[in-house]
Amino acid sequence: MVGLSEVTSAIEREHISSLLVHGKRIDDRGLFEFRNIEVEVSPIEKAEGSAQVVLGGTKVVAGVKVDVGPPFSDTPNKGVLTCNAELTPIASPFFESGPPDEQTVELARVVDRGIRESKAVDLEKLVLIPGEKVRVCFVDVYVLDYDGNLFDASEIAASVALMAAKVPEVEVNEDTGEITVLDKKQLLPISNIPVSATFAKIDGVLVLDPCLKEERVQDARITMTSTQEGNICAFQKGGIGTITLEDVDTVIEVVKEKAEPVRDLIRELTKEVRGEI
Amino acid sequence: MGYNNGNNDDDEVEGIVHVVETEEGKFFFERFQIVIPGTLLGKGRFKAGEGCYRENDDFYASVVGLADFREGFIMVVPLEGIYIPKEEDIVIGTIMDTRITSWRVDIRAPYEAILTASNFLDKPFSPVYDDVRDILSIGDVIVAKILSFDRTRDPILMAKGQGLGRLHSGRIIEIRPTKVPRVIGKRGSMINLLKRETGCRIVVGQNGRIWVSGRSFEDEYLVVQALKKIEREAHTSGLTDRVKDLIRNEKERRHKESE
Amino acid sequence: MNNVTLVRKEPSESLFREDGLRLDGRGLDELRPIRMEVGVLNNADGSAYVEHGKNKIVAAVYGPRELHPKHLALPDKALVRCEYRMATFSVEERKSPAPGRREVELSKVIRESLEPAIFVYKYPRATIDVFVQILQADGGTRCASITAAALALADAGVPMRDLVVGCAVGKIEGKVAVDLSDVEDKLGEGDIPMALMPTKKVITLLQSDGDFTPEEFKQALEMGIAACEKIYEMQRDILIERYSKVREEVAEEQEEE
Repeated sequence: MVGLSEVTSAIEREHISSLLVHGKRIDDRGLFEFRNIEVEVSPIEKAEGSAQVVLGGTKVVAGVKVDVGPPFSDTPNKGVLTCNAELTPIASPFFESGPPDEQTVELARVVDRGIRESKAVDLEKLVLIPGEKVRVCFVDVYVLDYDGNLFDASEIAASVALMAAKVPEVEVNEDTGEITVLDKKQLLPISNIPVSATFAKIDGVLVLDPCLKEERVQDARITMTSTQEGNICAFQKGGIGTITLEDVDTVIEVVKEKAEPVRDLIRELTKEVRGEI
Repeated sequence: MGYNNGNNDDDEVEGIVHVVETEEGKFFFERFQIVIPGTLLGKGRFKAGEGCYRENDDFYASVVGLADFREGFIMVVPLEGIYIPKEEDIVIGTIMDTRITSWRVDIRAPYEAILTASNFLDKPFSPVYDDVRDILSIGDVIVAKILSFDRTRDPILMAKGQGLGRLHSGRIIEIRPTKVPRVIGKRGSMINLLKRETGCRIVVGQNGRIWVSGRSFEDEYLVVQALKKIEREAHTSGLTDRVKDLIRNEKERRHKESE
Repeated sequence: MNNVTLVRKEPSESLFREDGLRLDGRGLDELRPIRMEVGVLNNADGSAYVEHGKNKIVAAVYGPRELHPKHLALPDKALVRCEYRMATFSVEERKSPAPGRREVELSKVIRESLEPAIFVYKYPRATIDVFVQILQADGGTRCASITAAALALADAGVPMRDLVVGCAVGKIEGKVAVDLSDVEDKLGEGDIPMALMPTKKVITLLQSDGDFTPEEFKQALEMGIAACEKIYEMQRDILIERYSKVREEVAEEQEEE
């Protein structure tokens, strides 16, 4: 996807590094400070659930479509959840269209793991006829503007879209296997809210929520997704640099403090549709 | 041609309220009126300047911009648009690739520029003994002048001489190239204000890349904030004063915070 | 989806209400509500967002920019490329993320509707890329995409002869009607998507499917042109407003001081 030669100027690299030595960032943020987060809930009426998230200069839209289908054969008593991402060429001069590449698939799978492993969606409650018919949830994230940290923007968008989703109630005739879609709507069964926090490691310094300029000079990337209990439900090291045990400690400590406000924001945003969680 | 074969009388054009008659003909806008592609600007024997095109005796806007009439030319000062190289322009470029005796340079244009070793070095260059990569490597940033460009061939750069050459440290800020004239200001009024108020060294490339180097991050960041304001409010009046206020207020705020 | 029977309710039989208006309360020559925004993205050189009925469309333009791979470059003019894509969640049944034949054709006709307006000879060897993402589809996406893409081109500062504006006209229950909604499109007898260069009064897109008498076809074109001209006024106003707004805001700030 990064098709054109993308060279970061030596001056920019030097500038970012020299600021980090003094604990400063190019956009005047603290090392462990998220950019401004703006969320629009349910902008897409035709999706069962949707959310647009603007994180600094990054903009993504997530949509949830829910269908009925067979379960996976190894999990007959669970609904199906699939996360998919599209890095559209709208979002960056360096994104090209075509089948999903490594970067796209990694993004989709990290978001997927956060939702799946935190049991954000209670998949067992999505079974209609055990072993035969379950609800199938697709979460599709479209990146519209890329200014770094697609992981956290996408994770927030996916969570809000799932929590805001309203799916038609169905009536199951267990004898004939016929499923009738009713006019009434219901919410998806949500039992956790995962929040991811992504760090860039630049010249040995960790920064939260890197912007594009920082991402372009990062040596390594860390994404840690936490549950509302404070446990770690997904972790992903990226980039060709290395990380240390101290880095992991730092990340865990920072997440303790920084994930909860994001979770509160998500709760607040979906309170109207869901009531208190 | 056309689905509605002209019942437009030549002298009465629909929707036009403002008519100015000159010796060349008539034009239909107030100075600096915002126009869009396809807007009829005038009829007569004008010359078509930048952002304007002609069909027979009719002159139309080709871009979103501010219409103007100067010395027989109808033109539109563009409000948006990428950088197209012009001879003699000063630009800031990034080295993208090396050849045997030259570098390929990104100047933020649709055409990658070429800098030959002889246009950078004061001494002779021999590809047998010298390696261009020892002189400038990928990612290095230069200030250069466009020596020649005609769209059919890639622009040729000159990077030796007064004010030209490689840049070290500082930071690079990118703004829309159409806003560059505002950053410079009338007879350099804006750029001089920025330099004076912040104490930073600043080089403005016509391609919308600006190099800033100051004593501290805070000083450089003042320039970044000022440039953002200039970019947003370009083409408004009294901008220089507002930028001065922004810088002074910001300095005051920081001063109070540090106390 | 193996042996799952989904029973869904059919929409009401008639596309007209008892008072003779269309289901959404429109007359035959009336457009759906339209909202436009210009300059909605940071990275793109030009961008626009258009809501046309329930269509929600983002268009972005990159360029003129260097073309990779270089052997595709045209020696005498810029290459215009266009990609029309629908989000998986933009339609009732989730669409596969991979582009289908429909998206490939629409990309082509949208490009061919825009290119006549662009001064491509100013930028030999370069490319102008137009990307359209349908976030929600509600009938007439290609026409609304053209409206959005033209705004994005203007926002990118690409030199053009004129804007381009699109609108569809169709036939529902024997009557010619502009700007079919999704339901009307699906249950109606035909659809004619068209686009114009509005001040030049020339057509840059014309397609049709369904069944029209020659008289109906001509009537449809006339109604379509009138509808396009209304949309063009909105395009013009939004482009001018974008810049006059900054001027006004500044003027207000100065008054306050």
